[in-house]
Amino acid sequence: MRELLVLLLLLPGPAVAEEAPPAERRTELLYLLRQDCGSCHGMTLAGGLGPALLPEALSDRTVEGLAEVIRAGIPGTPMPPWGFEITGEEARWLARKLKEGIPP
Amino acid sequence: MKAVLLAGGLLLAFLAPAAAQIRGTGDLGIVVERASGSVLIVETTNRTVLSRVEGLGDLSHASAVFGRDQRYAYIFGRDGGLTKLDLLRAEVAARTLQAGNSIGGAISADGALVAVANYEPGGVRVFDSRDLAPVADIPAIYADDGARSKVVGIEDLGGRRFAFSLYDGGQIWLADLADPERPAITRFPDIGRLPYDALVTPDGRYYIAGLFGEDGLVLLDLWRPDPRPRRILEGYGRGEQPLPVYKMPHLEGWSQAGDYLFLPAVGRHELLVVDRRRDFAEVARIPVQGQPVFAIARPDGRQVWVNFAHPLNDTVQVVDVPSLEVVATFSPGKAILHMEFTPRGDQVWISARDSDRVVVYDTGTLEELARIEARKPSGIFFTARANRIGF
Repeated sequence: MRELLVLLLLLPGPAVAEEAPPAERRTELLYLLRQDCGSCHGMTLAGGLGPALLPEALSDRTVEGLAEVIRAGIPGTPMPPWGFEITGEEARWLARKLKEGIPP
Repeated sequence: MKAVLLAGGLLLAFLAPAAAQIRGTGDLGIVVERASGSVLIVETTNRTVLSRVEGLGDLSHASAVFGRDQRYAYIFGRDGGLTKLDLLRAEVAARTLQAGNSIGGAISADGALVAVANYEPGGVRVFDSRDLAPVADIPAIYADDGARSKVVGIEDLGGRRFAFSLYDGGQIWLADLADPERPAITRFPDIGRLPYDALVTPDGRYYIAGLFGEDGLVLLDLWRPDPRPRRILEGYGRGEQPLPVYKMPHLEGWSQAGDYLFLPAVGRHELLVVDRRRDFAEVARIPVQGQPVFAIARPDGRQVWVNFAHPLNDTVQVVDVPSLEVVATFSPGKAILHMEFTPRGDQVWISARDSDRVVVYDTGTLEELARIEARKPSGIFFTARANRIGF
């Protein structure tokens, strides 16, 4: 029984595997977020010409919805699509981090 | 007694270097270290760092202006922090957290007033340059329901006058603070969608705001007794879909070279060139390798140096003004954010954020002269800005 539990824990569930990019890529994504998304949203994500991306500002947004905005942008506004360098999995991971709050 | 003397001697020894080094400030400047809330004080004669000053808050989009004696820098932080920095003592002379979110500022021609453009709360606040005591508050209310706009593109116009643009409100305002207690505001509504930045020409005559939401810029001739905003470069995109923009372009008075102004095209890999003498008609569009962020003329107007938006931001290009052609392309490092010329243009200092360095070039030979270590450097500002309108 215990062996089974360990096995289950070791087996990466499909959702978990999909939602966590490798450590090195996570570092790159967080850097991109602060430095480049930050040129409009502020390096602390408290907002600039673009809106704040802090958890309280995103509380009514879903992870899927945010990921879609990251990848596709918002036509008619300055928000550009980042799909050329951020995958769906990475965008969902970023969206989750944004909703949780990212320590400085 | 001996101990006291010794202590006194030690104290003198510590004070001596600062006191003994009498020096001017004409070759000084600052390099903003955007991620660590610090600035480097640098000198351009021997190209060295004199000191680092820390504790200036969020400097992620920081810019600076200089007092007329070129001793004090006024640094505008993203978090609303306004810092008066003594370049000679390398210490903070005054500091105030004047708003929640701000974008930049300007100083009046007499050096008395420092005005800051704020996103939150949207508007302009004006301070006494001596001690940063508040002087005036100009909320950027643009709608009947009291909505306030983020303010961008603040420029000094000579006298105690400033111009700025309302990003959300689509307006340009002129503020005359001849009587600082009662600012006289002139409003120009309906100038166009989403003015994102502005410049004033070095003679203080033309205020030009770029529009993000439309293909064109808005021009105000401030020498006219009754200035009226009008469009220039209207429809420069010729109806073609612009590319997505990964960093907003900046407009600066440096973009004037002789009679020409070099303006970044929003969402296009082009510099737009207009001729002041021919009613700002388009003279040329110069293809470049990415979306331009800054187009900055060397002070003599012979060259224009251009940097670019993410992801093509490791490259700098040099445009030769007489031929209107790109004559050099090179990579000083990763994520090039800003370029600043020495007063006569013999050197250009370039910040490479992701390489943690500033690279100095000889603008004649295009040879590298120095590399200076800096933490995530962004804006570079030299004291000669004190002598120019719009800086």
